[in-house]
Amino acid sequence: MTAPILSLNNLHKAYGALKVTDGVSLDVGAGELHAIIGPNGAGKTTLISEITGEVALDAGTVTFDGADVTALPVHARALKGLTRSFQITQVLPGFTVLENVATAAQAHDGSSFRFFRSAGADRRLNDTAMAALAEVGLAARAALPAASLSHGEKRQLEIAMALVSQPKLLLLDEPMAGMGREETERMVAVLMALKGRYPMVLVEHDMHAVFRLADRISVLVYGQVIASGSPEAVRADPAVREAYLGEEEFG
Amino acid sequence: MAETPASPPSLPPTPPLWRRLWLPVLVFALLALVPFVWGERFILGLVTRAMIMAIAALSLDLILGYGALVSFGHAAFLGLGAYAVAILFSHDIVDAAIAFPVAILVGAGFAFVTGAISLKTRGVYFIMITLAFGQMAFFTATSLSAYGGDDGLRMFHRSEVFGTRILANDTTFYFVVLGTLAGCFVLLKMIVGSRFGRVLRGAKENERRMRALGFDPFRYRLAAYVIAGAICALAGALFANLGMFVAPAYMTWQRSGEFIAMVVLGGMGTLIGPIIGAIGVTLVEEWLAALTQHWKVIFGPMVVLVAIFARGGIVKLLERVAGK
Ligand SMILES: Nc1ncnc2c1ncn2[C@@H]1O[C@H](COP(=O)(O)OP(=O)(O)OP(=O)(O)O)[C@@H](O)[C@H]1O
Ligand SMILES: [Mg+2]
Repeated sequence: MTAPILSLNNLHKAYGALKVTDGVSLDVGAGELHAIIGPNGAGKTTLISEITGEVALDAGTVTFDGADVTALPVHARALKGLTRSFQITQVLPGFTVLENVATAAQAHDGSSFRFFRSAGADRRLNDTAMAALAEVGLAARAALPAASLSHGEKRQLEIAMALVSQPKLLLLDEPMAGMGREETERMVAVLMALKGRYPMVLVEHDMHAVFRLADRISVLVYGQVIASGSPEAVRADPAVREAYLGEEEFG
Repeated sequence: MAETPASPPSLPPTPPLWRRLWLPVLVFALLALVPFVWGERFILGLVTRAMIMAIAALSLDLILGYGALVSFGHAAFLGLGAYAVAILFSHDIVDAAIAFPVAILVGAGFAFVTGAISLKTRGVYFIMITLAFGQMAFFTATSLSAYGGDDGLRMFHRSEVFGTRILANDTTFYFVVLGTLAGCFVLLKMIVGSRFGRVLRGAKENERRMRALGFDPFRYRLAAYVIAGAICALAGALFANLGMFVAPAYMTWQRSGEFIAMVVLGGMGTLIGPIIGAIGVTLVEEWLAALTQHWKVIFGPMVVLVAIFARGGIVKLLERVAGK
């Protein structure tokens, strides 16, 4: 097997007495779609934030693309290709949809200490952005302010921003959360198309989506990985069934 | 996928040029006409002062309107620029070709040092710490006994320009200030629309998102702070020349507050708004002060009324009137 794109080694994080990450170690292989599931409050979002650097670890190391990034701040990790979407969407509300994506592209297009030429008229950035918007199905919304998008459209916008960020790993925190049936289907289709192109860590509660998409699944409960393996193995795991007792998705 | 376009998708249309230009063109045309319509020294001096305040307000708008950084010490830069010119003058360095660049560098340097510290904080702490730096500059000026202390410092004539005294003519000086204002306006328009300006605006929209995209907002904010400090110091250099006099009173916290009022009343984050705000505030103050010595009692409620009824400032109001 080739070297993993992401390696988490014995991560620990506590908020007071609450051990939100309790000895997590896992690898994400190159090209793999690795889903992380677990009940509410299990520490999934916190784990993603530890990978991006937003949450500082008490102990443990994060190795990304062959380098130890544990000491790097959020923006430096992002520039290396650690790209995330947020559980609660984070867009630039006053910018147009197009400018949101163009801004993401700009981060990977040389220095932003350029003071005179108009960024809005920059063909290269705009073309890159439009292509990504078309890919997620938002091209028709390009000129609108991002604040005017529906919830589902903001999720699509976040994916478009991720696509132009030259990602080496996509970290997607519940991209289907709060979406209707139809929007969920569209998002699954988008992720299906991205699968194989980028390695991904997918946090998701929608089990149908997870089992359709994932190559590997890790189950996080109270900050610990209680199971990790192929979808079939995880589905059959008695400890997982226990943690999800009563939840029909596993029936 | 929802769409698979055969040709590359086309970009959304941009609004017509006149939409963005009519107000600046109108403002600058009116300002250019003033010396021909009202030649009186008093009027000329008053409008010149208003335009210098407009340069200062313009520079504040870069950090306040586009960066959401409420600096409560902006008058310090005005004072620093003014003192730089006057102090050099007292040492017989009277040419603008030296004094103005020095003033700009002093403003930029002070902004770099104080900005590097204050930009580590946010919100109300940022307001407090910029206020503290502003007061520091103020009290330093009052203690400069070699340069007049509390009483300030006089210049015997305006700065020379490569050995000539062309600035001595009030009309010439008026147009130099107008040209500087126009130059700063165009420069800042370019900056806020550039890649740099986009990062600055983005960090105001959603700092967390910008970090996740790979931008470190601090560096961009510091650079904006330095640009703003430099431009405001340039306003100070002109201000020293206007009355040929500088005093610590140039950098009181009340003046910093006035700059904020000019930006907010005119329309934050519009650049043309703060120019209108600065000119409006300066003229209205003068007019009220001539009517009654209790003019602040009238001026205060006026500010409140504009703030309530013209959300987004005078610019928004004008656009609504002129628009549909
Ligand atoms: N900054 C913080 N300070 C204190 N407690 C926190 C903090 N952030 C998260 N927590 C707690 O840590 C636990 C894990 O939170 P986290 O958001 O990572 O869970 P999650 O698995 O993403 O849940 P969900 O499925 O609801 O999104 C929760 O109990 C939460 O209240
Ligand atoms: Mg979560």
